Amino acid sequence: MRAPPRFRGRRFLLRGALPMAAVLEIRGLVKRFRRDGGWLDVLEDVSLTVGRREFVALLGPSGCGKSTLCNIVAGLIPADAGALRLEGTPIDTVARGRVAYMQQKDLLLPWRTVIDNAILGMEIQGVARAPARARAREMLRRFGLEGFERAYPALLSGGMRQRVALVRTLLCDRHLLVLDEPFGALDAMTRRAMQGYLLRLREEFGRTVLFVTHDVEEAVLLADRIYVLSARPGRVRAEVAIDLPRPRQPTGDAVVSTKARLLDVLEAELAEARA
Amino acid sequence: MSTLPPRPLAAPHRAAPASGGAAPADAGWLGGLRRGAAQAAPPAALLAALVLLWEWGVRALDVPFYILPAPSRIAGLLVSDQATLLAQAAVTLEEVLLGFAIAFVVGIVLALLIFSSRTVERAIYPLVIASQTIPVFAIAPLLVVWFGYGLLSKIAMAALIVFFPIVVNTVDGLRAADPDAVNLLRILGATPLQILLKIRVPAALPFVFSGTRIAVATSVIGAVIGEWVGATRGLGFLMIHANAQLHIDLVFAAIVYLSAMALVLFGAVSAIEWLALPWRRAGDR
Repeated sequence: MRAPPRFRGRRFLLRGALPMAAVLEIRGLVKRFRRDGGWLDVLEDVSLTVGRREFVALLGPSGCGKSTLCNIVAGLIPADAGALRLEGTPIDTVARGRVAYMQQKDLLLPWRTVIDNAILGMEIQGVARAPARARAREMLRRFGLEGFERAYPALLSGGMRQRVALVRTLLCDRHLLVLDEPFGALDAMTRRAMQGYLLRLREEFGRTVLFVTHDVEEAVLLADRIYVLSARPGRVRAEVAIDLPRPRQPTGDAVVSTKARLLDVLEAELAEARA
Repeated sequence: MSTLPPRPLAAPHRAAPASGGAAPADAGWLGGLRRGAAQAAPPAALLAALVLLWEWGVRALDVPFYILPAPSRIAGLLVSDQATLLAQAAVTLEEVLLGFAIAFVVGIVLALLIFSSRTVERAIYPLVIASQTIPVFAIAPLLVVWFGYGLLSKIAMAALIVFFPIVVNTVDGLRAADPDAVNLLRILGATPLQILLKIRVPAALPFVFSGTRIAVATSVIGAVIGEWVGATRGLGFLMIHANAQLHIDLVFAAIVYLSAMALVLFGAVSAIEWLALPWRRAGDR
């Protein structure tokens, strides 16, 4: 196993190999919201890139604007300043539908069966129902949901529902998957299984992923690179390449020491935020 | 933290039949019928007991039939005057159904307008709610003046009563969709029409159905009020006519028909809902 990346101090920048052709490029992103007559700075000068087929984690304390960042990347809300490019084209709130998006809530539509929930993204793109269902059936089988295609979400467990949401996200065929704390509401065991599914998704389908989490271990286990965000207003505090072979064990030396270092950064960040 | 090795493909989480599953015999419409029968038994027994008490009371106290007829006498009349009652009921049913249909269509369209335009909502919605403070009885004679003694004034009456629960429930329903789910569709690039059809409308349907269930039952009241105020046909007309002649048993027979009509309409809407929203049955077993 290779040595864990070295970094010290609160502010550091560790560049791995130059990122491959960037799928997502964010430069100097600023976002603030009106709050009680004043302005609340949520994101301040955030810059990051996600390369093709890269799995990038965004790690930060809760309330650091991670979800806001996701919403901006998804084209749901506009940025106040900064340049955002997806596949070289600026992101705006008019031409949406370029990223696949998943969050902590599975957002399955209760009136649709599992398979019809899975094809929602394709349906919006205009794919005909029959071929969409055929694709979804195959994908559901791969995710251990065979036999549940015609069930309604109300009958599924939390882990199964989240897997359906993952299949729906995957079937969208977009350049970028934005996953906003997708497993945050799951118990530890289910969460481990879901992380396994996600890794497989990355290996088999080579998808580009922007993964938001506040769980340091999750970030270290899954990501190629991690951006650590500061407490509000969110800024990129560190960029860490996790150059460890997969599968990574939570108890492996390199994983543990990387985790420890990242936790140090986060704690220093939180201490500074409190001061 | 868990020390499990990362075995991605092993042992996916299974659905727990213990928590949400139902015995197979309970599934489907037969099971639904059985559960329905079990639900109907206690109120049916109570109703039977009350009717028996009524019968006994009338006989024991020797109440004259023009004050309070015994249930047995009403039952006899239901058989002997069946032809008259059915003919009048058909008139009332026609008023009810037409009034309901008009109010339903107008109500849904108005609800969609209120939902989709802030201006329309601000202008119309308060008026719709305020209109409910006008006692229906007060405008019934006006409707007769405007629309005459025929079918039209009764249809208007029924429609006016039905209109409100339809509009209010539909507006609530259109607003009930999970905003995060709506945002998900936006992110996926859905058009406003797709959002309406794929999320707003399905999410609104349970609300529309509960509004409709109330509406069909009360639409019978509307038609009868219309008939009381001025009519030449219908169960309401029959009641006024019989009441004037102290033909109280016929009044009761008409009431039985009206209740039955409302119950059947209520049941029909529930049955359509049961068939149209299978997903509503998935969670509650």
